Amino acid sequence: MLNLVWLLLGGYVAGIVLPFCLPGRPESRRLTSSVAAIVATSAGIVLGILGLTSSEPVTGTLASTIPLLTLSIRVDPLAAFFVFTISVVALAASVYAIGYLQHFEGYASTAKLGALFNAYLLCMTLVILADNAFFFLLAWELMSLLSYFLVVTEHEKAEVRYAGLFYLIMTHVGTAFIVMAFLIFFQTAGSFSFEAFRHPEQPLPEGMRTLVFLMILLGFGTKAGIVPLHVWLPYAHPVAPSHVSAVMSGVMIKTAIYGLIRVYFDFFGGQFPWWWGFTVLFLGATSSLLGVMYALMEHDLKRLLAFHSVENIGIILLGIGAGMIFQSYGLKELAALGLLAALYHTINHALFKALLFLGAGSLLYATQTRNLEEYGGLLRRMPWTGSFFLIGAVSISALPPTNGFVSEWLLFQSLFLSFQIPTVFLKLMLPIAAAILALTSVLALACFAKAFGIAFLARPRSMHARRAEEVPAPMRIGMGILATLCVALGIVPMVVVPLLDRVVAPLAEISITSKVMAIDGWALAPVNVEFSSLSTPALALSLVALAMLGLGLAVALGGRLTTRHSKTWGCGINLTAHMQYTATGFVQPIKRVFSTIYQPTVKLETEFLHESRYFAKRRHFEFHIEPIFEKYLYDPLLAFFATLADRLKIIQAGSLHLYLTYMFVALIVLLLLAV
Amino acid sequence: MFLAIMLIVAQTAVLLAISPFLVGLIRKVKARLQLRRGASVLQPYADLAKLFQKQPLLSTTTSWIFTATPYIVFGSTLTAGLLVPTFTSQTPMNFAGNIIALVYLLALGTFFLILAGLDTGSVFGGMGSSREAIVASLAEPAMILAIFAIALTNGSTNVSTIVHKTALLEGIVTDPSPHLMALAALFIVALAETGRVPVDNPATHLELTMIHEAMLLEYSGRYLALLEWAAGLKLAVFLSLIANVFAPWGIATTVTPSAMGIGLLAYIVKTAALAIFIGVIECMFAKLRLFRVTDLLGVAFILALLGLLFFYILRS
Repeated sequence: MLNLVWLLLGGYVAGIVLPFCLPGRPESRRLTSSVAAIVATSAGIVLGILGLTSSEPVTGTLASTIPLLTLSIRVDPLAAFFVFTISVVALAASVYAIGYLQHFEGYASTAKLGALFNAYLLCMTLVILADNAFFFLLAWELMSLLSYFLVVTEHEKAEVRYAGLFYLIMTHVGTAFIVMAFLIFFQTAGSFSFEAFRHPEQPLPEGMRTLVFLMILLGFGTKAGIVPLHVWLPYAHPVAPSHVSAVMSGVMIKTAIYGLIRVYFDFFGGQFPWWWGFTVLFLGATSSLLGVMYALMEHDLKRLLAFHSVENIGIILLGIGAGMIFQSYGLKELAALGLLAALYHTINHALFKALLFLGAGSLLYATQTRNLEEYGGLLRRMPWTGSFFLIGAVSISALPPTNGFVSEWLLFQSLFLSFQIPTVFLKLMLPIAAAILALTSVLALACFAKAFGIAFLARPRSMHARRAEEVPAPMRIGMGILATLCVALGIVPMVVVPLLDRVVAPLAEISITSKVMAIDGWALAPVNVEFSSLSTPALALSLVALAMLGLGLAVALGGRLTTRHSKTWGCGINLTAHMQYTATGFVQPIKRVFSTIYQPTVKLETEFLHESRYFAKRRHFEFHIEPIFEKYLYDPLLAFFATLADRLKIIQAGSLHLYLTYMFVALIVLLLLAV
Repeated sequence: MFLAIMLIVAQTAVLLAISPFLVGLIRKVKARLQLRRGASVLQPYADLAKLFQKQPLLSTTTSWIFTATPYIVFGSTLTAGLLVPTFTSQTPMNFAGNIIALVYLLALGTFFLILAGLDTGSVFGGMGSSREAIVASLAEPAMILAIFAIALTNGSTNVSTIVHKTALLEGIVTDPSPHLMALAALFIVALAETGRVPVDNPATHLELTMIHEAMLLEYSGRYLALLEWAAGLKLAVFLSLIANVFAPWGIATTVTPSAMGIGLLAYIVKTAALAIFIGVIECMFAKLRLFRVTDLLGVAFILALLGLLFFYILRS
């Protein structure tokens, strides 16, 4: 298996180096970096499957001369699962990039972009493989920096520079918390190796454990985009090139989920009080609901998708939080079920979110705009992109028989089984979390009905949309891979669940495959078949058969299946594209019902004709939603730091002598402290 | 296996057969209460037969979504119907999904209907879609909480298991208050989801007040027939759910011809009684403004939550 790791690393390194070495035309450079990435990701997929099925974790170490930094890797089932997820999404994105990078030709160096993309994927994989805190942080930091460079690809736009800076600052604040948490571990473990973190010489004191819990939550939470640390995400993810957005939103934020599970379930060994789990559950519920609500109001397609990442991270956290609560009460079966649902949703979200971002990239490629209101009627012009996007939309809305439905269903069951918890407070809170999950998923349905309906259906709303053409083959193949997997993972959960159980079993110390699967695997039935069961193959079959029955009835009762065509009835006037329902109009009732959350400001100015107030000359309409977190949390914080920096100006005289004195004093103080 | 398939076919046939009758019955009750004679109860069957024979007219703006939607809605609603017991308490499709699956199958139909409404490019379609989205969003959480309150008493979320256990009096209810609250919540949700007064008015002729009908405005011929039938099926699904979960009287708990016969008869009587009740409600209440619907569904949500709270308080 170590050979596979070498192939994986070698592939990515080749992808970084070769585009610069090979002379030749831009097409061949694009192809080189993508082919290298395809080799590496294929190795990653095989590595992931082998790691999931093998009984013993594989380890390897590369000696290094830097003290404390041991380049050691470890492939256990948890790592293997995340390597697999990353590799599948990266594979599709790399295939897609062959076509998509044409877009950047003569405007940004595609060789540089290809190399950066490979380096980024390499670091992300190393984050998962690392078995040493120092090595982990190094890879983590490089991953963040490289993704920053990719985000600012179109740096001549002010919007992109702002997003990049915002991202850079937030991600470093997050990293700082992770560093602190790992340093606390280091104190008692005496080594940076994860093995020592797992089994420290002396256990962490209670207060320190709580501190580590909070720091890890803040640190990884920033990367994952948990509300209220999500503010950077809707800026940074959309402005990157679309195949990079797909990887960032699909899998990079999952490295944070990996970190959370690694620390809470692996390092802490699942030993924690119930309120840790409740905190995670609460943050998950808040993130999922607010994420989808802000997404609904968004009409920039890529920003809309970025907000949905906040939502789905929230859903994953609901699973982890429920798992942690069950774990703290010793309900191991249910803890395993919660974690399993969270991991199932992790891979599902990776697949459909990447698919949707690639779809959004195709729309951008074809129309040069990200504004929903300028699309329209694209299903006729771009049938492949449209159909793939529809599969993604159905999956993210958790509709049967796709993958999103299966994982949300499992999550519902684990929340419903909360009646086994002894505390009445939690017994009530978990079903309420289930109701929030229901509201979230149905709002996601509304949001994607809007996104798909406005972008792909009815008439083209702009010149761009009228002229759009289907995207080149590599882009369609990239989307096709993900769309197929979205459907497949929905219909064959019996293949997925045992594999995920191998990840969960060591963490929750119980294997639940036999408890979750019933009727030879044709149905899922957690934790017994009495309580609940689901068989997506049967549902899919029934859906198809009964839709055919509808067709059969039409033939039997009606006869010939002919149709006539005519214009849509417009009460006697000719309908134009401007008369169609807009995305803004579509969500207006939702905006109004939830106005407490949105705090919308609507401004309508009308300039009337002199002669009569019945005729308007000009109308100006403005509509904003209050960015609550930025206004009430981040702005005061920024203002505070700005004032602080202002005060500190006093000691910054700019004189070299003064600085030398400072350094000398600092040295003395440190020496005194050391003695 | 053979028996299971026969039961599935029988249940499909029963649902298909009874749904136009329920629609016709509600119309008849409304007409009588308004001192009109009204059309025959069997009129919806004749309407369907007529619509199937007409050649559909399609808008030139629409895509394949528009023509696929009637089949998807029909298929998903009927699949949802197979998860709910009708005349026998042990539905063969019980293993395929619990109440969550049922809710999400209905949501699949809603999703495609919303898309079809937008696909025509007409203002009315978009308006219907937009309104359907908000009503569905508010109804679904209430429905899930309501069902959960009942599921707790029976230790199951599979509808058929709940009904079977209650019918055999295994899940004897010592205190009915959680059930009553869940019943009220579920009934409100049913009114909203099936587009009845006071949420939506299926008999309206005014496009501006439509929700469900606005999305169907551009449909004709067999497509309209399938969608009308699916709407009737959805009504039948909700009525079967309420009738059998809260009053599983007479339902066949064994697979004998006599039990089935009684079960079928009881099923028809129970759903007809509920349909008459809905007809009476439709006459007594005016349609609410769209933004007042929020309050109604909020009440449903709170009722379901109270049911849950009562369950835990009474148990502890």
